Amino acid sequence: MTKIVVAVKYVPDATADRTFTSDNTVDREGVDGLLSELDEYAVEQALQVVEAGEGEVTVLTVGPADAADAVRKALQMGADAGVHVEDDAIAGSDVFATSLVLAKAIEKLDYDLVFFGMASTDGGMGVMPTLVAERLGLPAVTFASEVTVDGETVKIRRDGDAATQEIEATGKLVVSVTDQTGEARYPSFKGIMAAKKKPVEEWDLSDLGLDASQVGADAAWTAVESTEPRPPRTAGEIVTDEGDGGAKLVEFLASKKFV
Amino acid sequence: MSEVLVLIDAPEGKVTKPSLELLTLARRIGEPSAVVFGSEVPSTLAEYGAEKIYQLDDAAYDEYLVGPKAAALSQLVADKSPAAVLVPATFEGKEIAARVALKTESGLITDAVDVTADGGAITTTQSVFAGNFTVDAKITQGAPVIAVKPNSTSPEQVSGAGTVEAVSFEIPDATKGAKITSNKPKEASGRPELTEAAIVVSGGRGTGGDFSEVEKFADSLGAAVGASRAAVDSGWYPHSFQVGQTGKVVSPQLYVANGISGAIQHRAGMQTSKTIVAVNKDDEAPIFELVDFGVVGDLKTVLPQATDEVVKRKG
Repeated sequence: MTKIVVAVKYVPDATADRTFTSDNTVDREGVDGLLSELDEYAVEQALQVVEAGEGEVTVLTVGPADAADAVRKALQMGADAGVHVEDDAIAGSDVFATSLVLAKAIEKLDYDLVFFGMASTDGGMGVMPTLVAERLGLPAVTFASEVTVDGETVKIRRDGDAATQEIEATGKLVVSVTDQTGEARYPSFKGIMAAKKKPVEEWDLSDLGLDASQVGADAAWTAVESTEPRPPRTAGEIVTDEGDGGAKLVEFLASKKFV
Repeated sequence: MSEVLVLIDAPEGKVTKPSLELLTLARRIGEPSAVVFGSEVPSTLAEYGAEKIYQLDDAAYDEYLVGPKAAALSQLVADKSPAAVLVPATFEGKEIAARVALKTESGLITDAVDVTADGGAITTTQSVFAGNFTVDAKITQGAPVIAVKPNSTSPEQVSGAGTVEAVSFEIPDATKGAKITSNKPKEASGRPELTEAAIVVSGGRGTGGDFSEVEKFADSLGAAVGASRAAVDSGWYPHSFQVGQTGKVVSPQLYVANGISGAIQHRAGMQTSKTIVAVNKDDEAPIFELVDFGVVGDLKTVLPQATDEVVKRKG
C-alpha cells in the first residue's frame, strides 16, 4: 500500500503572453491558468506506481480559488482525493513560505512518497521538491526518469548530464520527475464523471497551524526590484535558398566574426 | 573585502568553465573562496583568482545525493558568514543551494544571468518567461545564495593566493536516506558541453532523423549539438541534448536552428542566445520571427554547402 501525495501548481498558460502586474508578481488574472504541464507527469507517474501495486494518490495544491482547476484535472486523470490550500495571505509568498505551507499540509496527510514535477512552467526555479524535503527532514531524488516501487524500496533512474545514476531509498521520500517518465494520460469521459464525486478538502492557514506573518510578500527573503519586457528582436534578414543558401549563411556568420 | 564562497564543480579534477565564471563574478563582489569536494585541489582555482580554497573530502559526498554536501556547505556558511554564496545552476547545484538557503535562513536566487554589487547590496538579474522578461532582484535576508547560469561572464585569469584549508564536518545520518547504487558516466562526445558552448547547432523534425549534416556543420564551427523535443521524442537524439523547457536552457553567442519550427517549448530554451540563425523549409515557421539571419531551404542541401564554406574559409 503506497500512499502518494502529488504536489501540483496552477500556472498561467505558457503558450499565452505571460506578464507581471504592477507589484512585480506574476499576472494570474489576464492569462488563462491550468495544471502545469510538468506536473501532469508527476500525477501520471504516481498513478502508474499505484496501478502497479496498491495505494492511493492525493493531489495537493496551494493557490487562489482558480487553482481548484488543477486539482480537478488531476482527479479526472485518476487521483483519488484532493487538497486545496487557499488563503489570501499566501499571495506574494516566495519559495520558502510556499514550501512551508506545502510541508505543513503534507505532514497533515498520511503519506509514503511525495511527487513533484521537475519545475513549474512559470517561476521555473525547480527547487520546491528540495525545499519541501528539507522541511520534512527527508531525502529528495530530483529529475527522475524512471520510478519503481518494490515493497519498501523505491528505485529511481536519473539521467544526468555526465552520468546515469541508479538510486535506492527506503522510507519516506520526495521525488521530482521529468517528462522522460512517460506521456501523461488524458482524462477519459469516465474519469471526468468519477472526479465529480471525489473528495476535495479545502484548508486555510489556520488548518495548518500557520499564521499570516509567516507567508506572503512581507515574509519573503528576496525582493523583486524590477521586471522589464525583453526588447523585441529586430527583424532579421531572411533569404530563400537558390543554390547559394549555405554560402550566404556562412557569409553572415563571417560578418559577425563567427568564422 | 568580505569573503564570497564559490561552490566548485570539478569532475575528475577538471574545473568546469561555469565554475571559473563564478570565481570571476565573485571577485567583482568580494574575495573569492573556492569550496571543493574531493581529494584533489585543482591548480586552476588559484589561477582564476581563488584567495582561499576550502577542501572537503569524505566518501559520503559521492555515495549519497546532495544531502551531505548541503549539510557541510551550510556549516561552512554559518562559520564564515560570507557576503554571498555562488553555485553553478546545474541540477545538483540548485539542490544544494536550496537546502543551504533554507538551513541558513538566507534568500535564494536561481538561474541568475548576472550578479552585481553596489556597496553592500547585491543585485541579481534573471531571465524569465521563456526569456521574454528580465527581472532584477535583491536578497533581503541572510547570506545571498545565488545559482548562476553558464555563460554569465567570461572567466578571467587572475592569480589568487589559493591558500588551501582542509575542513571537515560531521555528516548527519538523516542526510543519508537515498543511496547511489550505480553511476555510469556518459560517453564523451568530443564536443563542447551544451550549456557551456559558445556556439550551438541544433536539429529538429526537419532532419527526418538524420543528424549527420547537423553534426558536420557543428564540428566545422567547433559547436555543441542540440535537438528539439520533437527530435528527442522521436528517438533521433538523446534527451540530454534536448534544448527547451524540459531540456537544457542555452544562451550561446550563436544558435543555429535547423529544421526546427520554433514552438514555445523550444524558444524557452534558446531565446536569450545572442545571435540566432535558422534554416527551415517552411517560410512561415515561427522560428523566423526570432532570427538575425534565416535561410528558407532544405537543411540537407544548405548545411553541406555551409560546412564546406566554413572549412574553406578556415583553410
